[in-house]
Amino acid sequence: MEISQVATIAGKEFWDRIRNRWVLAVALVFTVFALVIAYFGAAQQGAVGFRSIEVTIASLVSLVIYLIPLIALLLGFDAIVGERERGSLDLLLSMPITRFELILGKYLGLAGALAFSTVAGFGLVAIVLAAQLDLNALFHYFGFMASSVLLGMAFLSLAVMLSVFAADRTRASGLAIALWFFFVLVFDLLLLGALVVTGGQYGGDLFPWLLLLNPADVFRILNIFSLEDVRTLYGLATVLPPSLAEPWLLALVMLGWIAAPLGIASWRFGK
Amino acid sequence: MESTIQAAAEPLAGGAPDAPGEAVIRVRGAAKHYGAVRAVDGVDLAVQRGELFGLIGHNGAGKSTLFKMLLGLIPSSAGEITIDGAPVSGGGFRAVRRRIGYLPENVVLYDNLTGLETLHFFAKLKNAPAADCGAVLERVGLAHAAARRVREYSKGMRQRLGFAQALLGRPQILFLDEPTTGLDPEAIREFYVILRGLRAEGVTAVITSHILAEIQERVDRLAIMASGKVQALGTVQALREEMDLPLWFDLRVAEADFTAVRDALGSLPVVAIEAHDGRVAVQVRREAKMAVFAALATLGGRVLDLHVREPSLEDVFFGFSD
Repeated sequence: MEISQVATIAGKEFWDRIRNRWVLAVALVFTVFALVIAYFGAAQQGAVGFRSIEVTIASLVSLVIYLIPLIALLLGFDAIVGERERGSLDLLLSMPITRFELILGKYLGLAGALAFSTVAGFGLVAIVLAAQLDLNALFHYFGFMASSVLLGMAFLSLAVMLSVFAADRTRASGLAIALWFFFVLVFDLLLLGALVVTGGQYGGDLFPWLLLLNPADVFRILNIFSLEDVRTLYGLATVLPPSLAEPWLLALVMLGWIAAPLGIASWRFGK
Repeated sequence: MESTIQAAAEPLAGGAPDAPGEAVIRVRGAAKHYGAVRAVDGVDLAVQRGELFGLIGHNGAGKSTLFKMLLGLIPSSAGEITIDGAPVSGGGFRAVRRRIGYLPENVVLYDNLTGLETLHFFAKLKNAPAADCGAVLERVGLAHAAARRVREYSKGMRQRLGFAQALLGRPQILFLDEPTTGLDPEAIREFYVILRGLRAEGVTAVITSHILAEIQERVDRLAIMASGKVQALGTVQALREEMDLPLWFDLRVAEADFTAVRDALGSLPVVAIEAHDGRVAVQVRREAKMAVFAALATLGGRVLDLHVREPSLEDVFFGFSD
C-alpha cells in the first residue's frame, strides 16, 4: 500500500468538504444544538442556564444518537457509487492506485471532515463552558466528543460499504435512510419487543450483549456508563452486566464497527 | 510502416497479429462475457511502440470494453493482456500505470476544482511533478483558464483538460477514447498536432473515434471491431486493398463530351457512372485503374480535370463491419 496515494485521495475529499462549507455547516449545527441543550435543556423544569455536565451530556447523547448517524450516512452514501455514476471512477482507477487505497482514502478524507466538524462544533461549546467545568467534567465532555467521533466513523464506514454495493445513487440514498431507521429507531424496539414477548425468560442474559450489534447503542452505553448520576437515572446499572461497562471494550467494539464494514466494502470493491 | 492485414476469419499464425517492431501492447485471445453476452470475443492485437493505433466500430462493438480491459479496469473472462510486458491484472501493473495516460469517453472531472487544481490532483496520483501542470495546460491551450473552476468550462475545454490530465507524467502509452468529442475543428487540428509530436517522441497511442474521416489519414494502423471481435486489422490503405473496393474517377468535361467519355470506358469494368453539373464520376474496379487512365488519355484535351478518389475509411468500415 502506498500511503501517499491514500493521502492524496483523503486530502481531496477533506478539502472538498472544507471548500463547500460542509464542515462549517455541520460544526455550526453541533455548536448551536449543544449550546441550546447546555443552557436551555432544563427550561421545561422552569430553570434556564447551565446545570451540570452529566445532564448536558445525557441530553447531548440523545441528540447525537439521531444526528451523527444521519450526517455520516448522508456524507458517505455516494462515495463510490457517486463516482461510478458520474463516470469519474474509471479515470481514478486508471491511475497508479489500488482499489483498497482509493476506498481507504475516500473513507479517511470523509472521516476527517466529520471528525473535524464534530470536534470543532462540540469543542467550541467546551471552550464556552470551560469556566464552569472542573477537570473531571472536562474529561467526561472530551470522552463524549471522542465517542461521538467514533460513532460518526462507524456509520460512515457503513455508508461507504453501501456505496460499494448499491447500483446507483438513488438506491444508495434509500439504503442509507433505511440503515438509519434500523439502527437508530427500530433496533432497540425489536430487542424490547423480543423481551416483552418472551417475558424475559429466554436468553435474558444475552440481550445486553445484543446491544453491541448496534453502534448507536454502543455509543449510548459508552457515555451513560461513565456518568454515575445518569447511569442511575437510566437504570442501566441493573440491566447491563458490569463487564459491559468497560470503556476499552466498548471502544474496541466501536473500532470493530468501523473496520468491519470498511473491510467488507474493500473486499466487494476489489472483486 | 509495413502493413499487416488480418481478417478475424483467418487463423492468426504465431499468435497475435503484429506489425514489425516492439509490441508494447499485446492482447491474446482476450474475451469478456456478461452471461450470454460476449462483449469482447477472442481479440488478438499487438500495438507497436510509437504507433498511433485506431480502434473503430459501431456502438456496442466492444471498443470501450476492450479499452477497459487494456487498462485493467475490468478483468478478462479469458485470454491475456500485457502492457509493456506486465499483465494488466498483475500487481506489477501499478508501475506501468504511471507510464499510461487515459482519456475516457465523456470525461468527467471535478466541477469544484479549477483546471490547475484538477491537474495537481492527478499529478499527485501519478507522482508527476506539480511544476509540469502549467506547461501541460499551456500545451492544450487552457493556460488562460487555469484558475477557473471546471464547472465554468465548456464541453470542449473539459475535453482538453481531460487530455491534459492524460499527458501528465510524460506517459509512454496513451489510451484516448473519443478524444475529439466536443472539440471545434481548430482544436481537433491542434489535438492531432500534439499527438503527432508525441508519436515522434516514441509515445504509443490507441485512439477510438466515431469520426472515421478524422482518423483515416492520422493513424498508422487500425482495427475494426464488430460483435466483440476484431474483424480487420491493418493500415487504412491495406484494408482498402483487402476489401478490394472500387475507386472513383472524378472528371471535369464539357457536357458535349459526356458520351465520348462513356464510349471510351465502355469496354472496362465500370461499376457506376454518374454525370451532373459538368462533372462525371466513374467508379471502377481497382485492377482497372491503369486501363481507365489509358482510355481517358485517348480523349486528349477533352478531359479538363481528373481526380482519383480512394474509398474512404467509412466505405472500408462498412465493408468489414457489415
